Formats: sequence, structure tokens, C-alpha cells
Amino acid sequence: MQDFATPMPTTQLAPPDRARLIVPVLLFVALALAPLLGFLGAERYVLALFTRCIIFAIAALGLDLALGCGGLVSFGHAAFIGIGAYAAGILTASGIDDGFIGLFAALAASGLFALATGAVSLKTRGVHFIMITLAFGQMAYFVANSLKAYGGDDGLTLANRATLLGRDLLADNRVFYYLSLAMLLAVYLFARAVVRSRFGRVLRGAKDNETRMAAIGFNPYPFRLTAYAISGMMAGLAGFLLAEQSEFVSPAFMTWQRSGDLIIMVMLGGMASLDGAILGAVFVVLAEEVLSGFTEHWRVIFGPFLILVVLFARGGLLGMLTGRRHG
Amino acid sequence: MSTALLAVQTLNGVQLGVLLFLIAAGLTLVFGVMDFINLAHGVQYMLGAYFAVTAYGLTQNFLLALILALVGALVFGLLLEAVIFRHLYARDHLDQVLATFGVILFLTEAVRMIYGSGSLTLPMPQALSGAIPLMPGLLYPVYRLVVIGAGIGVAILLYLLVNHTRVGMLLRAGASNAPMVSALGVDIGRLFMVIFGLGTMLAGFAGAMVAPIFAVEPNMGDNLLILAFVVIVIGGIGSVRGAFIAALLVGLVDTLGRSFASDVLRHVLSSSAANQAGPALASTLIYVLMAAVLFFKPAGLFPARG
Repeated sequence: MQDFATPMPTTQLAPPDRARLIVPVLLFVALALAPLLGFLGAERYVLALFTRCIIFAIAALGLDLALGCGGLVSFGHAAFIGIGAYAAGILTASGIDDGFIGLFAALAASGLFALATGAVSLKTRGVHFIMITLAFGQMAYFVANSLKAYGGDDGLTLANRATLLGRDLLADNRVFYYLSLAMLLAVYLFARAVVRSRFGRVLRGAKDNETRMAAIGFNPYPFRLTAYAISGMMAGLAGFLLAEQSEFVSPAFMTWQRSGDLIIMVMLGGMASLDGAILGAVFVVLAEEVLSGFTEHWRVIFGPFLILVVLFARGGLLGMLTGRRHG
Repeated sequence: MSTALLAVQTLNGVQLGVLLFLIAAGLTLVFGVMDFINLAHGVQYMLGAYFAVTAYGLTQNFLLALILALVGALVFGLLLEAVIFRHLYARDHLDQVLATFGVILFLTEAVRMIYGSGSLTLPMPQALSGAIPLMPGLLYPVYRLVVIGAGIGVAILLYLLVNHTRVGMLLRAGASNAPMVSALGVDIGRLFMVIFGLGTMLAGFAGAMVAPIFAVEPNMGDNLLILAFVVIVIGGIGSVRGAFIAALLVGLVDTLGRSFASDVLRHVLSSSAANQAGPALASTLIYVLMAAVLFFKPAGLFPARG
């Protein structure tokens, strides 16, 4: 099996040379050191802020796998975040505190939802796929709104964070932060392995030229469905962490605007590059925090910034940093 | 459910449908002919309402305010087209989504800075503020009937424009194959501008018309934008006729669903279960409808590209 299946240049991942490793290594080192940045403010605040960065980085990584590598523009990924969060919330409300059970439930629920909705959505293409994933996202949102037993549209406050092996390790914000970071690293390495595997090549091949993939004997559908399910589970994991971190769950986790935010993170960072998704998520969460510190009307600055990035920086932030274009 | 209630809700459904049509018509043309996803279309509806409120403040005349709002919406839309959107036509859909999302963020927040985030209202013209009896025991506000009438009037005008004029012919040709139209020597840039201006004006008109009955606030376009996308996907992208039928369908299904879902469910479920499931079912009904249409007819009910 030599390289006759080399992917097309448009989505080719650059070879893992040293320059390509600098960005992810720097990113993770920076994230590992972030809580030590005492000058930013109280530790509690800094930890909460960077935990949010990490959580959205996990969700954005998930979306990048579907969107960047698979070409599946999902406009309903916030639903998976919400489902993961509600799995955590509902279990805690029913008195099941164990973190492993909660995590498993979140992954299973978001994975099953992704399989079911993906099976239908993947029959459509292009803008219709965008709209049908939006439709499923909205359905999940309205169902969450009607869960009267779990707070309805007010949401649900968790009595406590999940326990690990019966001990409340997660109650410590610092432990929670580094555990989230470890999960981000695990998800990142997993996503990298997926993209570089034979599976990932078929996925990228189908994105570039579906007919050609079919001609060499691959039906893209099962590959896409699997990628969509993995992607949804990653967002579900992010939702689980988000619920545990904020000790709160609400339908607002799954508005369509949130799905739009995730797309922005992926595109702003640089599509199909994985590093870009993390970079984009961290950037968006921090930019919102910093700009809203200057003015409550921070969107007046952020909106034109988005437009300028689209018009003038086509590889996203990562493209600016490395001088390469992705996706 | 009494007949009177059913009649009122049907009229409300038609009114929502007409409103959706005004927004969706522009969206579907811009999308169908120019292959441009304009998320900022909902903001243009919102701006129409704000233009109307501002113009009314200056002139104290409803009709004049309506006309000024239309002009304002058109001028502002063309300005946006020239400054930003024109550079996005050749980009892929994701770039368009991201840039127009930026436009939404900016304009919504700018409106919030200028007018505050509280909701404003446009006073209803005196002559139209009453209610008339449609049948015994059923009073319906005149203004809402006027909105329905105006919407249907615009739909008829649009029908004549699209099917019986030269511009309309180019427009239909563009929706089915834009590069071919361009190759035949039509100035596609100018055609795009006309279509975009038309779409903006329709959305602005919708915003100005509903300003007296809806709260005028910076976010008023957000949810209508999503509904309008549902409409154009169900109707078939690029088809004005499809948008009209789908808009009425979505308006009726949504309004009647919200009013009667719990009542209908009560026939099969226990009362409390029905009360809980009813609102959830009602809110998701149009999305179920869209998913079903896409599943069975992936190109929508009336595809423009054949």
C-alpha cells in the first residue's frame, strides 16, 4: 500500500515537520500555564475563563472533524453540547453523582442523537444539509425547553459536581481545569489519529471529490455517518464538562446562535487543521471576555473583525501565524 | 376549539405566513440567483422597522414613514451590497455565512447603541386601529387585515414582475442558470444589484409593516431569519412561488400548532402529559415538516433549478 491514495492538495495535511508541531505544542503549553497567570485576576476567575476556553475547544475540535475534514457543515452542533449537558444535569438531579456514569451517559446520548439525525441528514447535500442539521438542533432546543421536570426554559442548577470514585475531586477548580485540559489533549490526539488514518483519508477524499471516491470503491455514507457521530460525541463531552463546570444546564446551551459560534471558532482558527479549531475557540472566548471588559457593545468591534478576516485573511488565524492556507 | 377561535388563529397564521413571505422572497431570490447565503437578511427586516419608527418620529405621518423606511432600507441595502456583499459572491458558502454573521453582530449592536435595547413601538394609524366583526362574536383588528392585504398585494406585484417583465425573465433565468445568463451578455453585476435591492426592500417593508403590532427591538429579526430559511428550503431555493406557498404553510402550521397541539394531544394522551408535550410538539412542528420535506423531496416542493 504505497501512496496511491494520497489526498488531494486542497485538504492535504502538511507533513508533520517541526514547524507544524510548534503551534499545537505552544498552544498546550500556554493552556497548561494559563492558570498561573495571577496578574489576570483572581485565580477562580482565571480558571473559570480558561476552563471555558478548553471546553469550547473540545466542541470546536469535534465540529472541525465533521466540517473541516468531512465537509459536513453542521449548523446544529450546539444540540450535542446541550444533550451532553442535560445528561450530566439529569443524572445529578436523580442522585447519581458518579462522574464516569455521567460521562458515559453524555457520550452515549450525544452519539445516539448524532447517529439518528446524521442518518437522515446525510441523505442531503450542501445548503440542505446545513438546514436539516439546523432543524434537528432546533428540535432538541425546543424539547429541552419543555422539560418541565428539569427546569423548562429556566434551566436546571446542579446541586454539586460529579464525584470520581466516590470522592469529590472535581470540586477543586484547579483539578477540574487540568482534567479538562487532559481531555482536550486526548480528544486532540484522537482526532489527529482519525484524520491521518485510512478512515480519515476516505473522509477527506469524499469531501474533495465524491464521484472519484465512489469510482475507486468507497461509499462515503458510512464514513461520514461515523465521523458525524464521533464529532457529535466530542461536542457531547464538551457539554458534559460545561454543565459540570458551571453547575448549571439550560436550553440556552443549544440555541442556533451557539451553533453559529462554533462554526465561527472553527473557521476563524483555520479549517481542517485541528490546531486551528483550538486556536479559534480560545481566541473567541478570550476576545469576548476582553472586549466586553472594554465595552458592553463589544459586538460592534467583533462583527467587523469577522468580516475583515473573511475578506482578507482566508486561512484564518492559523493561516496568519504559519503563512499557510488550509481547507 | 370553537369555530371563532379557529378562524382567528387561521387569520393569524395567514398573517405570519404573509410576513414570512415578504422576508423569504428576497432571501430565496438572492440565494437562488446569486448563490449567496445572506444571514443578514433578518437584520434588514429589523432595520426596516427602526427606519419606520425614526421616520415617524420626524414626520408624524404613518404613510410617509412607511415610504421613507422603504427608501432607507433600499439605500442601506445597496450600500451594504457595494461595500461588503459584492466581494463575497465568488466565495464559498461558509465564508458568506461568517461574514454576514459579522454584519448581524455589528448592525444589531449598533442599533442597540443608538436606540437602546428596550423595545419601541410605532403608533398605529388612527383610521386602521379599530376592529371589525368578521362574523358573529368574532372581532378582528383592522390593521392585521391590512397587513395580510398588503402582503398579498406585494405577492401579486411580485408575481407580475417575475412572470411578465423583462427583469423578471432575467431573474428566472438567473435562478435556473446564472453563468449561462451572464454568458449571453447580460450584465450580471447589475442584475445582482437589482435583485439584492428588491430583496432588501421587501424585508424592510415587512419590518415597517409589522412595527405597529410587534415590539421593535434589535433582535426581532433573528428568529424570523431562521423561519425564513425554513420557508425557502421547503419551497425550493430560488422559487418565489414556492416561497409563497411554503410561507403560508409554515405560518399556518406554526400558529395552529401552538394553539391546538395540546388540545389535539389530549385525545390520545392524559391531560397533564398533553399539556407538557403540546408546546414542545408545537415548536418543533415546522422543523419536523422541513426535515420531512427534505427527506422526501431534497430540492424542496418547487425547485427552481430543474
